[in-house]
Amino acid sequence: MGVAVFERLRTREALRRYGLVLSFLLLCLALTLLSDRFLTASNLLNVLRQATINGIIAVGMTYVILTAGIDLSVGSVLALATVVAADLMQTGLPVPLGVLAGLGVGTLLGAINGLLIARTGIPPFVVTLGMMTVARGLALTYTQGRPITGLPASFTFLGAGFLGPIPMPIVLFALVFGVGYFVLARTVFGEWVYALGDNPVAARLTGLPTRRVTALVYVISGFLAALAGLILVARLNSAQPTAGQGFEFDAIAAVVVGGTSFAGGEGGLFGTLLGVLIIQVLNNGLNLLNVSPLWEGVVKGVVIALALLLHRAAR
Amino acid sequence: MASEATAPPNSPKLPSSPPPVSEATPLLEMRGIAKAFPGVQALSDVSFTLHAGEIHALVGENGAGKSTLMNILTGAVPKDAGTILLRGQPVEITDPRRAIELGIAIIHQELTLIPHLTVAQNIYLGREPHGRLPGTVDWATLNRQAEDLLARLGLDLRPTTPVAELSIAQRQMVEVAKALSLNADIIAMDEPTSALSEREVETLFGFIRQLRRQGVGLIYISHRIAEVFALADRVTVLRDGRHVGTASVQDVDEAQIINWMVGRTLSELYPKTSRPQAEVVLKVEGLRRDNSLHDISFELHRGEILGLAGLVGAGRTHVVRALFGVDPVDGGTIWLEGRPVRITSPQEAIRLGIGLVPEDRKAQGLFLGMAVRQNITMTRLHDLSRLGVIDRRRQDGLARQYVEELRIRTPGLGQRVRALSGGNQQKVVIARWLTLNPKVLLLDEPTRGIDVGAKVEIYALMSELAARGVGILMISSELPEILGVCDRILVMRGGRLVGEFDRAEATQDAIMTLATGGTRS
Repeated sequence: MGVAVFERLRTREALRRYGLVLSFLLLCLALTLLSDRFLTASNLLNVLRQATINGIIAVGMTYVILTAGIDLSVGSVLALATVVAADLMQTGLPVPLGVLAGLGVGTLLGAINGLLIARTGIPPFVVTLGMMTVARGLALTYTQGRPITGLPASFTFLGAGFLGPIPMPIVLFALVFGVGYFVLARTVFGEWVYALGDNPVAARLTGLPTRRVTALVYVISGFLAALAGLILVARLNSAQPTAGQGFEFDAIAAVVVGGTSFAGGEGGLFGTLLGVLIIQVLNNGLNLLNVSPLWEGVVKGVVIALALLLHRAAR
Repeated sequence: MASEATAPPNSPKLPSSPPPVSEATPLLEMRGIAKAFPGVQALSDVSFTLHAGEIHALVGENGAGKSTLMNILTGAVPKDAGTILLRGQPVEITDPRRAIELGIAIIHQELTLIPHLTVAQNIYLGREPHGRLPGTVDWATLNRQAEDLLARLGLDLRPTTPVAELSIAQRQMVEVAKALSLNADIIAMDEPTSALSEREVETLFGFIRQLRRQGVGLIYISHRIAEVFALADRVTVLRDGRHVGTASVQDVDEAQIINWMVGRTLSELYPKTSRPQAEVVLKVEGLRRDNSLHDISFELHRGEILGLAGLVGAGRTHVVRALFGVDPVDGGTIWLEGRPVRITSPQEAIRLGIGLVPEDRKAQGLFLGMAVRQNITMTRLHDLSRLGVIDRRRQDGLARQYVEELRIRTPGLGQRVRALSGGNQQKVVIARWLTLNPKVLLLDEPTRGIDVGAKVEIYALMSELAARGVGILMISSELPEILGVCDRILVMRGGRLVGEFDRAEATQDAIMTLATGGTRS
């Protein structure tokens, strides 16, 4: 009896720690068996490259959700930031300044989200939902609904270039993930993010700068959405005011599959990385197995539900 | 039964008190109950009897086995040995549903009502009378049934009120009503008063006495010994999973029960060693805030433990929140070590060397999902880091120092605080402030809901801090604690300071008289 309880506790702990890694490996194993095109260098690199856009957004989203917030505006922020940057570059602004302008727009929109949430107490869901429609509307107005194409080669390098054998998007994602992971795991700001999400009242009574931390996570999210957008535009050589629709869903899904709790304070970026990869490998697998893309949403939804069940069982 | 008067050898000889209602077969009899969890013998050979129309208090420190015993009674946990008899018939309580069928209900501290549903909906949740059409509910009948039930219980509640609008005490009564609607005749209440104001406690007690008159058997679990005497017919004390004693409340006194609970005598509870110094560390003059604080003025000396007594709602918490910069004030001056200061935020208070241990440690003090390490060092992170990067070794060093100094019982620094006992959790909150070497420490109900052993440790700690020169302002609703620990006692009523006592001249009666505003409460 007693031993059984103990055993169950141990398996639970293991499930919590390694369940997600195991699921990911099983998924890869299954796809390797089902398709001989899965486990090839070019396919894996392809999967990884496709994962970078969602991956970068999901890093910011992890910060936001860790504080028990949500950012629904990432897709629209991405669109507005990229059309502004692309337009400026097309009209002759040097590439580095154009990139900075795009990142600046994302940061600014994030800051507006953050300040509204931190100062007014309006729920993040509502504030970022508002930003989602406002930024999308501005992107459409700015471009008159037309895509902006024909960007300088030194810019498209960000999306289509290589650093040695590795595609630039993967390099940038690795950089973002590495810095994001370090900040969350090792810095004062990282601890504050967890503390704020765990117990905002205690955070305030402990003298933490709760408003600043709240505002900053949305700044980070806006900045990273813009960065992801610039990489996407560089790869497609075209900035579209309608880009990024549904990206908030993919990012939230990755974070949640990765085990970060909506209640805040619980989870982290390693889980998010696995969440991003699981979703991307799944997409790739459906593709390789010639499943109709119309099924994609259904499969994704089921996987998210399964992941949540797994996390629940592990608690 | 042997279980009736198994008192320890050092207790007075106990007359086997007659049960209040009848000498007949007890409503409930638990004999020789044992239960082991991995590594712990949670209960061994515990016996407990309950008669119809009796309030039987079950007391003991955390970990004494009260919860386990109740979990066995309600089928939440299987027992290893022993028998349970209901009205003389042996029963097997295999799961919680079986317990409900047998008429056993437990009202937990965490209430299970759904706030936005009405009282009637909550009582009959899942058992609503059907309406004419399939899948509909007959609301009229539902509300009428609830009204009858509430009237029978003497509860002044409307069936259509949403539960969210009820006080905690009223919600507990609704929980009890729900249990009774399921024909429960054995009701266990787990620390029902821990979140209630004094007035609510009185209302709840009235209700519980009413249930007793109707023949319900009540098991009343509490830390508060005063409540046992106010309410119960008999009391059973558990310690370390063993049955220490059962007695009629007329036959024992508070000292005896504490002695049974902790195996120590009352005078050992309040180790008082320090003396206040002459220097004033904190001076407050004319502090006011619209309706909650009026002209609060007092001085706190270095090394002094100043008590703030009064009823719940008298404004004591407002005082410490104002001093800590949580709530804004409309006027008044604060001096710290002789210099006037303005405290507009907790950050500011902390910078000045003031710490606050809030009244609800779980909701306001702790990061429950985070490790002991983080919880202790949270206010010191900047000093433990370079360029924002935390030096883990120094962080662990600081945390370990306080874990050892305060004897916080935790498997390691990485342990989540959620898993610690109440007493150790409170020590973690206190440790966090000690890392800052505060000049003034504000303690709001620092021993609420923690077991007597941990209380003694916290009293000793307070005494030691005072000896080091910290000025301590302590709010407490437990008068014996205030009298035992404090050098001086301020009494509040209606947002005003209405009196002050020296340690030597203070008595419970005098404080209560001032606190309630009557000549005799």
